[in-house]
This record gives sequence, C-alpha cells and structure tokens, in this order.
Amino acid sequence: MSVSNLLENWSDFRHTHPVDDVPHNPYKWAMSIDLDACSGCNACSVACYAENNLPVVGKEKYSHGHSMHWMRIERYWDEDLGTEGGRDFPDQGAQFLPMMCQQCEAAPCETVCPVGATNHTPDGINSQIYNRCVGSRYCEANCPYKVRYFNWYDYPTTDNVWPAEMNQQLNPDVTVRGKGVMEKCTFCIQRVTVAKNNAKNEGRLVHDGDVQTACQQACPTSAITFGNLVDPESRVHKQWQAQQVELAKDEQAKDKEEGGSGLRGYRIFEELRPYPSVMYLERVRESAV
Amino acid sequence: MKDIREDIAWAKINKDVLKSLENPRKLYWVILLIAIAMVGVAVGCEIYQYNTGMGVSYKNNTHVWGLYIATFIFWIGMSHSGTLLSAILHLMHADWRKPIYRFAEAMTTFSLMTAGLFVAVHLGRVWQIYYALPYPNGRMVWPNFQSPLLWDAMAIFTYLSSSILFLYVGMIPDLAICRDNMNPGWRKKLYTALSLGWEGTDRQWRNFRVTYLTIACFLIPLAVSVHSIVASDFAMSQQPGWHITSFPPYFVAGALYSGCAAIITLFIILRYVFKFEEYMTLPILKKIVRLTFAIAMVWTYLNLIEYASVWYGHEQAAKDVLIQKATGPYAPFWWMMNFLGSIVPLTLFFKRFQTHIPLLFAVSLLLNMGMWLERWMIVAPTFSHGYYPWTWDHDQWPSLIQWGIVFGSFGWFTLLFMVFCKVFPSVSMYEVKEMVYHRSQATKKLEATAKLAAAGLNAEKGGAH
Repeated sequence: MSVSNLLENWSDFRHTHPVDDVPHNPYKWAMSIDLDACSGCNACSVACYAENNLPVVGKEKYSHGHSMHWMRIERYWDEDLGTEGGRDFPDQGAQFLPMMCQQCEAAPCETVCPVGATNHTPDGINSQIYNRCVGSRYCEANCPYKVRYFNWYDYPTTDNVWPAEMNQQLNPDVTVRGKGVMEKCTFCIQRVTVAKNNAKNEGRLVHDGDVQTACQQACPTSAITFGNLVDPESRVHKQWQAQQVELAKDEQAKDKEEGGSGLRGYRIFEELRPYPSVMYLERVRESAV
Repeated sequence: MKDIREDIAWAKINKDVLKSLENPRKLYWVILLIAIAMVGVAVGCEIYQYNTGMGVSYKNNTHVWGLYIATFIFWIGMSHSGTLLSAILHLMHADWRKPIYRFAEAMTTFSLMTAGLFVAVHLGRVWQIYYALPYPNGRMVWPNFQSPLLWDAMAIFTYLSSSILFLYVGMIPDLAICRDNMNPGWRKKLYTALSLGWEGTDRQWRNFRVTYLTIACFLIPLAVSVHSIVASDFAMSQQPGWHITSFPPYFVAGALYSGCAAIITLFIILRYVFKFEEYMTLPILKKIVRLTFAIAMVWTYLNLIEYASVWYGHEQAAKDVLIQKATGPYAPFWWMMNFLGSIVPLTLFFKRFQTHIPLLFAVSLLLNMGMWLERWMIVAPTFSHGYYPWTWDHDQWPSLIQWGIVFGSFGWFTLLFMVFCKVFPSVSMYEVKEMVYHRSQATKKLEATAKLAAAGLNAEKGGAH
C-alpha cells in the first residue's frame, strides 16, 4: 500500500455516514432490538456461541471476569415496581438488555489499536482481524460498552470448552481464536458474506431477510431485527425511521421532547458520539402504564 | 559549604573513580545474586503466563490493563532523571550536576530497557510484537498511526537509542582515562575498543563539546514528548478519569519527580559504597533535594488541577470515578499516594533534613512508592467504575504473577545498574576535573581581587599619611 493511499483513505469512513446524501456503499448493516419483546431467555446468546465457535469458559473463569459471550443478556431490576419482594423471578421487575458490539460508525476501538487489527468495512461493520491482533487490549480499554472479549487462555487446547459431541457442531465458516486475541460480535459477517455472494451471483442486492444473524434467527419473540439500513424496504430501516432515530445524531427525537414522546427508539451512550448501529426500543414500563 | 573542593588533584580524581572499578567485595556478589534471583522470579512468571495465557494475571474483560501498564509508565517516568540532569541542567550551566549525571544517565537507559520489557509482557501475543513496526510485508499493512500505543513504540525506541548514544558519547573521554590507567586484561581491551582512539586533542574536545550539546538539545524535547505520548495513551482515550487535557504535563512532572527521587536514592548508595564523599558532596545533595521538592510541588499542583477539572467539570462519569478513587476499594492506595506524593516531600523543605542522609534515603524510596501508586491509581479505578455499570468490577486485584513480574523488574534494573557501576566509571572524571578547574579559577580570581583591594586600601592609607 502506498503512502498516498494510506494518507487519503485511512479514516474516510469516519467522516461519511452511509445515510448522508453522498455516494456510499449500498449496504449498511444495522440492528434494532425491541426490549419490550425481549424475555431474557438467552437463546440469542446461545445461538451466538454455536454460530461463532465461542468457547464455554466455565464457572471459575467466568467468576474471574473472563467471560466470552459476544452477545450478553444484562439483567436490570425496575425499582419502580418495587423489588422488596425479592429478586428471584423475572415478574418481580427484571428487565433484560441484549448487548453486543454496537458496530459504531466512529468506533473508539478502531483508532487505538496499535497494529490496525480493528477497522471498519465499507458496509458498516467493525471488523476484527484475528491474525493481526497482538493483544494490547487497548480497543477494549476504550470501548464504552466493554463488548469486546479477550482470549485470556488458549481455549482450543483447553478441556471442556467444547465437551464431546459439542465439538461436532462447530461452525466451519468461522475460525477459532487462540490465546491473546481480541474478539467480538461481527454481525455474523460470515453469513452476510455468503448472502452478498449469492446476491452478486444473481446480479442483485441482498434482499431483506436473505441474511439473518444467529441471534436474530434464534430469538423466539423476534425482538432482534437485522438488515440493511440503506434499503428502504428493509424492516430495520422502517423501524429506525418510525422511531426517528438517525445514525449521525448524538441525541434522538425521543429524548429531545420535554415530558417524553411516544417514541421508544434510542441508542446507548449516544452522547459519547460513537454513532452505534444498534437501536434499542425502550421497554414499555408497566409502572408507566 | 562548597559544592566541591577546588584543590583536588586530577590524579586523585582518576584514582578515586577508577577505584570503584576494582574487583568488588563479597557483598556486591550477594546483592547481584539476589537481583538475578528476582529476575528469575519474573522470568518464571512470564514463562507461565506466556504458555498459559494472560488470564493468569487475573486481568479480566473489565480490567484489561493492570500492573504491567502501571509499572511501564513508572519505569518510563524514572528514565527522565538522566535527561533532566544531563541535558536540561547542562543547558542551564548548572555545574553541580557534573559529579552525578553519569549514574543518572545510566539510570535513564536501564529504566527505558526495563519499561520496554513491560510492553512485551503486557501483550497477549508478544511473539508478534514486530507487527507494531512498519516492516515490509506481503499484506502491505502499516501499523495504525492513529494509535497512541504506536506513538509510544516510536517515541520510546527513539528515546532509548538517543539515551544510549548520549550515555556512550559522554563517556568517551572517561573511557580513554580508564584505558590509559588499566593493567592489561579484558578491561583494557574493552576500554580501548570503546574509547575510539580518544587522545584529548583540542580538535577532539571541540568536536566533542558540540556533539554533546547537540544530543542534549535533541534529547530534551524527546524526553518531554515521550512521557506526553505515554500520557496520551490515557488522555486520547474516552474513558472517564482519563480523558483529561492536563495528563501530558502531569505525567512529565511525575516523571521528573520519580527520577529526582531515584537520583537521591542512588546518590546515597553510591556515595557510601564507593566512598565518593569528595565528589557527591552534601551541598550537591542539598541542591538535588531542593529540586525534588520543587518538582514535588509542581506535581502536587497538577494533581490538584486534575481533581479540580473533574470536580468542576460536567462529566458525571468522571466525577463518579474520582469519588470511587477516594472512597472505593482502591481508596487506601489512593490516599497513600496523595500522602506520599504531596505530604512526605514537605520534609524536604526544612534545611536540617536536606542533608540528613538516612532520612533522605527513606523519603526518596517513599516518594517513588507514591509515584508507583499514582500510576496504578490511574489505571485501575477507571476500569473498575467506567461508563457502563453492568461492567463495573470493584473486586479485581492483580495476581501474584503480576506482582512477581513487577518485583522482578526492580531486580532487572538493579542487575543492570550494578554491572554498569563495576564496568564503567559512575562519576564523570573529566567533568569533575572541569568543575574543580573552574572553581579553582574562580577562587584565584577572588583572592586576586581581594589582594588588590587590600593593597589599594593600604596604598590609600599610606598615601593619606
């Protein structure tokens, strides 16, 4: 790569959001998660494990904070409902938030990797290049969501990570990562690539529904919507539009109006301006009804 | 009291300093073995970590950095001592630095080497550390020049090579003295090779002076920029408690602080061990102590600025981190850091303590402990209490592996320094001679003026009669 190429192109994507009136890639992969529909069942998390060859680290390592769930379900308790009765059952006010890499358009992780192992694809996914990663962990240090996961041990050579017969469901389209490498949700880029290839072979763009991420596929309540934000016919585009959520803003319509609006769409840590690609639909609070 | 006696014979200077290069006593070997054992502990820990994975350090997804980064910054900080003494004070014509800058420069070089090791230890895949270098590769990939860690790599590389050059070039006349005064053996061969045929002609001295000055002028902005870049590892990130503009000067002040305290420690040790009382005099110690006090106050000011800018700022997350530092699980260490960094140096204000050697030894060690704690308190609390509450981890402590490697790094530094002191002269002989010469000239001038004045007065008195 020439120096002039380096100087011209290295951070182009950080200045042109794909929904501006500038020529851009026909794809911008985005997601929308309906927190009202999410029941915290963890099927998405398990599906992600299965699809992406995630190692099951075990209780001891998890308690040390060495978890590996690219898609994690966070449980919060709604204090308004009152949790004095205890926090044993979801009915007592549990709320669930599926959190994974937000594929930020201006990702704080991308600038700080010393070797350039994390970059931005033209179709809007924050890419992690495993074989380039030297494990400095600066990307996770700078991530406000802490959705990156480091291989603290060499899981492929560790026992009980994929116990017998589980190793037969490993996905051949996805590599396994050795120790010292950072990894995170990739919006199932292996599925996206297959869909794009098939579409290209047929001389068209990817239609909405051609590609589903593993988490979206497994979700029993269809809380997760994934698709091409640029495609006006896609469900995710319509949802973003209905909620008046825009990629390039740092405050959305929902929070702008005094006294609240009927809108439910927001993004997490928008004010830090990483421009995340995941929109959450706020849960309709029982206490508010 | 004078910084140095002006009537020391040059042959005596040679003799005293060269005496330090004689075969060491038994205690030297004992301490060297202890240092090697410490390094062994660190090497063992690193081998275990290398084979098993970074997880044995008990770092986790929230606390992705730990003592390795903190100690890395500590050692880089310590390296500013030499540059301060050799380069900055050289430009300021403070000749009291002359007997002490040699070992300070050595300290710089070895601190940088130790810091470099911590970069390697900290990486998850250290065997691919060369990815950070712009080497020609089949993928045509450059390292990421936007990353402060990469700036670190470039800056430290530059600083280390410049410091080694500075140390070596400054030593050439001394190495020639060693060469000329040694009995044949491995030492004589070594000094002959290293002194590059130095004969001490006028032309050589002129070239030497210009070269030394040039490297000194080059090294000063380098030193400031290196630690500013290390500070920007934090300042350029987005995390609460790190994203503070005053971090670069704060870190540089902390570095100078660390370095000066370490100079005091090593000053006292070398003065005692090699009986350098003539050269590492108490007035010079006093000056270093007062310099340390001044830098301590600058650091205290910048520290308070950091707290004030967070407290009176508008970012709630940063305020929460500050409150966590003072009241959370790291509170004892944070308060100790503030005490050691800001209160303990106040003892250096009082004249009677400024030459009290046992106290200064203890105080200098405490000051450095405070500085090490400061680095740790920058790294850990922000991770423990970041933006995202679900990821908070108030219960993470480094494992023995981390402590072992940090412990061993002090052994590594000691090892390098002790070998240096026995192979190279730790007091700059030619500069001490310069100092003595200038002082003797100044004294002669004073005496001459005094005589003239007395004679003039007598003449007047005589004339008046």
